[in-house]
Amino acid sequence: MSFLTIQNVSKSYGALSVLRDINIAVEEGEFLVLVGPSGCGKSTLLNIIAGLEELSAGDIIINGKVMNGVHPAQRNIAMVFQSYALYPNMTVRGNITFGLEMNGVPKAKREEAVASVAKLLQIEPLLDRKPSQLSGGQRQRVAMGRALVRDPDVFLFDEPLSNLDAKLRVDMRTEIKKLHKTLGTTIVYVTHDQIEALTLSTRIAVMYGGDLQQLGTPKEIYDQPENLFVATFMGSPAMNILPATIEVRDGKPLAALTSADGKPHKLPVAQAYMAAYEGKQVKMGIRPEAIREAIAQEMSADVKTSLIGTLTNTVDLSEPTGADTFISMSVNDTPITARLSAETPVTSGDELTFAVNMDKALFFDPKTEARLKA
Amino acid sequence: MSGGSATQAIRTGRFTRGLIYCFLLVAFLFYALPFAIMAMNSLKPLSEITSGNIVALPKVWTIEPWLDAWSRAQIGVEATGLRPYFINSIVMVVPAVLILVLIGAVNGYVLTKWQFRGANIIFGLLLFSCFIPFQMVLIPMARVLGLLGLSGTVYGLVLVHVTYGIGFSTLFFRNYYAAFPSELIKAAQMDGAGFFQILFRILLPSSGPIIVVCVIWQFTNIWNDFLFGASFASGGAAPMTVALNNLVQSSTGIKEYNVHFAGAIMAAFPTLLVYIVAGRYFVRGLMAGSVKG
Repeated sequence: MSFLTIQNVSKSYGALSVLRDINIAVEEGEFLVLVGPSGCGKSTLLNIIAGLEELSAGDIIINGKVMNGVHPAQRNIAMVFQSYALYPNMTVRGNITFGLEMNGVPKAKREEAVASVAKLLQIEPLLDRKPSQLSGGQRQRVAMGRALVRDPDVFLFDEPLSNLDAKLRVDMRTEIKKLHKTLGTTIVYVTHDQIEALTLSTRIAVMYGGDLQQLGTPKEIYDQPENLFVATFMGSPAMNILPATIEVRDGKPLAALTSADGKPHKLPVAQAYMAAYEGKQVKMGIRPEAIREAIAQEMSADVKTSLIGTLTNTVDLSEPTGADTFISMSVNDTPITARLSAETPVTSGDELTFAVNMDKALFFDPKTEARLKA
Repeated sequence: MSGGSATQAIRTGRFTRGLIYCFLLVAFLFYALPFAIMAMNSLKPLSEITSGNIVALPKVWTIEPWLDAWSRAQIGVEATGLRPYFINSIVMVVPAVLILVLIGAVNGYVLTKWQFRGANIIFGLLLFSCFIPFQMVLIPMARVLGLLGLSGTVYGLVLVHVTYGIGFSTLFFRNYYAAFPSELIKAAQMDGAGFFQILFRILLPSSGPIIVVCVIWQFTNIWNDFLFGASFASGGAAPMTVALNNLVQSSTGIKEYNVHFAGAIMAAFPTLLVYIVAGRYFVRGLMAGSVKG
């Protein structure tokens, strides 16, 4: 039996259905990230776990107890809100101990608890300040302290980093991950930032339009997305999706593309089962980092073990980002992006031969958008 | 160059500045002059006023008119001065304002943070009560007070003013709490705080500005009310406004203008005090820092 079970959970507001039949089982100590675009239902699901919203159907089971209808305070959970939700009229100490006070913990015990949490989060000098006197990062820490002090079964985080500036966000991300390592508590974390999802989680639940699209480890989600939505949502820049026709030559499948100037390209397909789709239109997904410059690729070791296809094309735009250079071009009128090393001398308008690592290519059904499997 | 000040973003000429100060001075005189005349005349013997010099400073300074107005003047049939009626008004206005703040806070809290079906309709109906003229409710109110056995008492007036003030109090608090972040309420719920604990520990301590607005508004309204006071509390239970009228309008004896002026200032004093004291706490941005970075 898992630690936190979300079983057949549905939620609707009148005729509007916002969550449909969600099933997720979270083991103790896991870091589950719910990720998806705005309005996908991830925050609603978190609120349902917290007990702040009623579910329409299904069960929430925490630590063996069915929590439907149980008051949020009695679920032994703690939540960190997007806006931190610190009580403006209380000091940091008051904020952290308010929950304990409400639960009748004696004063001496409360002081002890504050001291240990403050030490862990390094907010000892801030204890007597009001929230208005704190910086964004400090408020974030206090909000986490308020959650930590209750020693809950499950931590819930509702987009906790989205109000911080870019640099602080990366720092706090690392800190949350460290905290999870130290405490080993189960965490459910909501975000719309796929980088946060990939870096923090032990498992990711990708949601879209009220449905759970895929549940898996970050690697599974990144390398084997179940459908086109997951494939394009996770990863930055997004996965390239190209319409292609499957051809078979000598019993081996090929993906046929046409580039902007009408030149045909035939790329070898690693998945032998794709031969069954001969003559059919499919969507080929290939991540930007799987498209490299051909000459450079010949020298690198991993290339020798990979199935490489080549693609000669005109560069529309090159965007250096420091570590990498992103190349925009189009194939079959579809814009695609390649991620080259920054050393590659490329300018817009160049004609270049790219090496496509076809081991990494994925194929999707153009109608159902599901990944084609053996 | 030392002549131009760096902090002065907009350079105004001497002439413009002179005009601005002139305007301010006129405005100041416009509002201060009537009060100054009242104050001056309340500090001179009656003979100086009747001799026709109403705008001059007193030749003989005296606080006798103030003492008369406070404890010796003839109000109605008894020579009690305004003191018992001043106390009546305090006994009426303080509980009424406290109750109104509390009811307003609870109403605003429920209407915004514990939304229920029809909450907006109820709010609309409450708002409607702000637009009912006083005169319309006089007779039904008299009947209710009679049934409750409260007619002719200060407590009856408290009830009347509380009933009448609920609409405005609710309006103030509802609009203030509508902007109050709901996440704070959720956080408090998760911390195990109940309905009233959230109200008293989280919401009210963060409601400084709106409590001040509500207190100023209700205090001024209730203190200055004449119609309800005259209709529902006669004789010894009358509030300050009614007593002041009785003092000024007395049809017997000579008109002691200096005493009238002193009484009028006394009647205006508490509302002035509320503005001066409470206005200081009317600080914006008490909520700063609770949410967002």
